[in-house]
Amino acid sequence: MSFIEYGDTIKDGDTAIVFLGHESMFPVKVQHGTVTQTKYGVIRHSMDLIGKKYGSKVTCSKGGWVFILHPTPELWTMNLPHRTQILYSTDISIITMMLELKPGSIVCESGTGSGSLSHALIRTVAPTGHLYTVEFHQQRAEKAREEFREHGVEHLVTVTNQDICKNGFGVSNIADAVFLDIPSPWEAIGHAKAALKAEGGRICSFSPCIEQVQRTCLAMEEYGFTEINTLEILLRVYNVRTISLQIPDLGKAAEDNSSAGFDSSNPSNQGSPCTNLQQGAVQFKSGVPQREMVGHTGYLTFATKSLF
Amino acid sequence: MRSRAAEGARRSASGAGSGREEEEEAVMAAGHGPRICEGECAVLKRGDVFKAVAVLRRRKIIFEKQWFYLDNAIGHVYGTTFEVTSGGNLQPRREVEETTTETKEAGTDNRNIVDDGKSQKLTHDDIKALKDKGIKGQEIVQQLIENSTTFRDKTEFAQDKYIKKKKKKYDAVITIVKPSTRILSTMYYAREPGKINHLRYDTLAQMLTLGNIRAGNKMIVMETCAGLVVGAVMERMGGYGSIIQMYPGGGPVRAATSCFGFPKHFFSNLHEFPLSKVDSLLSGTFSTEMLPSEFEDNALVEEESNGLVDEKQTSVQETEEESITATAMEVNQTEEQEKMDINAEDIEFKDNKEKDNKENVREKQRKQWERRKKLIEAAALLTEKNADGLIVASKFHPTPLLLSLLEFVAPSRPFVVYCQYKEPLLECYTKLRERGGVINLKLSETWLRNYQVLPDRSHPKLTMSGGGGYLLSGITVVLDKGKSDSSNLEALKMEEPSSKRCKVQDLQC
Repeated sequence: MSFIEYGDTIKDGDTAIVFLGHESMFPVKVQHGTVTQTKYGVIRHSMDLIGKKYGSKVTCSKGGWVFILHPTPELWTMNLPHRTQILYSTDISIITMMLELKPGSIVCESGTGSGSLSHALIRTVAPTGHLYTVEFHQQRAEKAREEFREHGVEHLVTVTNQDICKNGFGVSNIADAVFLDIPSPWEAIGHAKAALKAEGGRICSFSPCIEQVQRTCLAMEEYGFTEINTLEILLRVYNVRTISLQIPDLGKAAEDNSSAGFDSSNPSNQGSPCTNLQQGAVQFKSGVPQREMVGHTGYLTFATKSLF
Repeated sequence: MRSRAAEGARRSASGAGSGREEEEEAVMAAGHGPRICEGECAVLKRGDVFKAVAVLRRRKIIFEKQWFYLDNAIGHVYGTTFEVTSGGNLQPRREVEETTTETKEAGTDNRNIVDDGKSQKLTHDDIKALKDKGIKGQEIVQQLIENSTTFRDKTEFAQDKYIKKKKKKYDAVITIVKPSTRILSTMYYAREPGKINHLRYDTLAQMLTLGNIRAGNKMIVMETCAGLVVGAVMERMGGYGSIIQMYPGGGPVRAATSCFGFPKHFFSNLHEFPLSKVDSLLSGTFSTEMLPSEFEDNALVEEESNGLVDEKQTSVQETEEESITATAMEVNQTEEQEKMDINAEDIEFKDNKEKDNKENVREKQRKQWERRKKLIEAAALLTEKNADGLIVASKFHPTPLLLSLLEFVAPSRPFVVYCQYKEPLLECYTKLRERGGVINLKLSETWLRNYQVLPDRSHPKLTMSGGGGYLLSGITVVLDKGKSDSSNLEALKMEEPSSKRCKVQDLQC
């Protein structure tokens, strides 16, 4: 396995995802002789994991079972150890597309944080691109380096431990895209411009507060960025449910209930709505929005460094 | 494609030209990026409006109520901004000079501004005369400001808005940009959403991420989005790995794919397989001999009509938007063009009629043989049943597509299905649960909100898109076929939250 290449079987040293069901999962480092505890019992790596196919069902000691999944940046994002607040896949998707990233792209990122976005960026620019990521917190920079090594992507990323606002990215005129997720992005716009290729490139800044966005937009304009555009993307997840609504008793005779009134059962639409006559209820499938959803992560400001 | 060095040599060889040429040279030397080449596809941009065009000499382009030729743009770096001058020539503009209105006079409110329709002293005819004289857009805007009696009384913000509005109308500059998924998906969603099943660009972005699209994958793509989704997948794979495009009817539609301007080698790993053959492939009765006879002809027609940039399609849409005069011009133009093409063909045709006939037959046979070879290759790739993912975005009902095509996907791989409507995905969700072999099913939708960010005037944009479709995504797992019924029930129990569990059991009774 690697985060940039699929493998069929689980090998010693791999990072795998243990899937317990209903969005409950965790990452595990596969090692000979090691055991992992789950609520369904113990998984013994040597016997239960190594040599098995990714995606297979593994029976644990208590008889329960889990699925072992191949790691992807998206699964990693859902399971990584948080050292900071992280970016989730919804924002990552639009960032990747709007920055026009593809294999071969050179990207600068700051800060590295917990490496959620970094893994997605590396996935997209591999095998010929590179990620230069800057993190001013020494411990976090160290931890990120270690993770990249473990995940077999260290050759695609350079982690620098310095202050982006003071020292910049440490590279100039090589990037196709720059991403900023720092408290004062307006202080780094100049450095971002210097990092981008002379012929131009794309920039994105992520900020939770509109005041940060305003200062960033002003700085971008000052440095000659064009196509400045701020947007926000929200994910709505629907639970698929079979709902049953009771038919009110309006005092009609029992035999009339089935034929008269409104057309609750539609025979042409099999499966979905159907009348349960005994209970006097109508059943149908619905996509029910989650009771609570993420209402705001941050504003994404994109811009282009133009030619002149 | 002309190399950069050769381009430079040609330029310097032309020697000390006129002043304009020197200026051009300076502009061209400023960038080192890829250059606009004849025969390639480029995207025109004015404000937020995009249009994909083929870069051809002496071809009249109509864009945003202006007509021009792209001849002068050839050789310039992508990203260059041009001004349309008289005669439809494009002249590169080096920087956007700010028209700073010197009078910084401004009102505080609009209590004394009356809408009498007489605030603009220039008449419609005056403005037309200015335009006909070939006066620059910027100067027209300046004249409009000077002749507006209310401009000085407007608030600073209102003045700003007034200038922006007028600039948009009269100061027309066009930027030529290199196509990308970002640009093409935005363009298609704005111009021709019906052609891509209303797949909004942020939804497409989700698909690429949820599908873990990257270099080296072996992807199965089934789309009826004019080839936009295939193009997006190709861009993310950068020519590494392989794509099998499943197509309905006579051949895959790749009108949008060709707009990306991918290098040739990207297409060597792009395979295609007819949907109508999926069942026989799964049941093991597949044979290339069984190809429907019309397949050959259809595919040929399809290929031709999908020529670069689907010029016809875009121009049809253009005419709908443009004023009547522009429409007339466009129609005349295309007719003339066609007449000329036909004449040229006629002459050639008479000369080589016999030779052509023979060659035609041979050519046809060669193409037929090649198509069959490609089909066998695609079939072989599919029967390995080890694809790294499945992307579906079509006008068809997703359930049968998923139930069949998932057979070709390896375990522990993501799949994403797009549908413009939610209800078919609800059914698909239920059917996939019954089938088993999938986990982490998720039905989702994204909302996209754009913002105006200006000092003291920041707010969400007035209008936003009402719908960009729905996605159903998940991950494949090993399907144990032996005791599929009981394990399905178990799987259902395991993934369903308790509130649903009882209902599922109810349904089973």
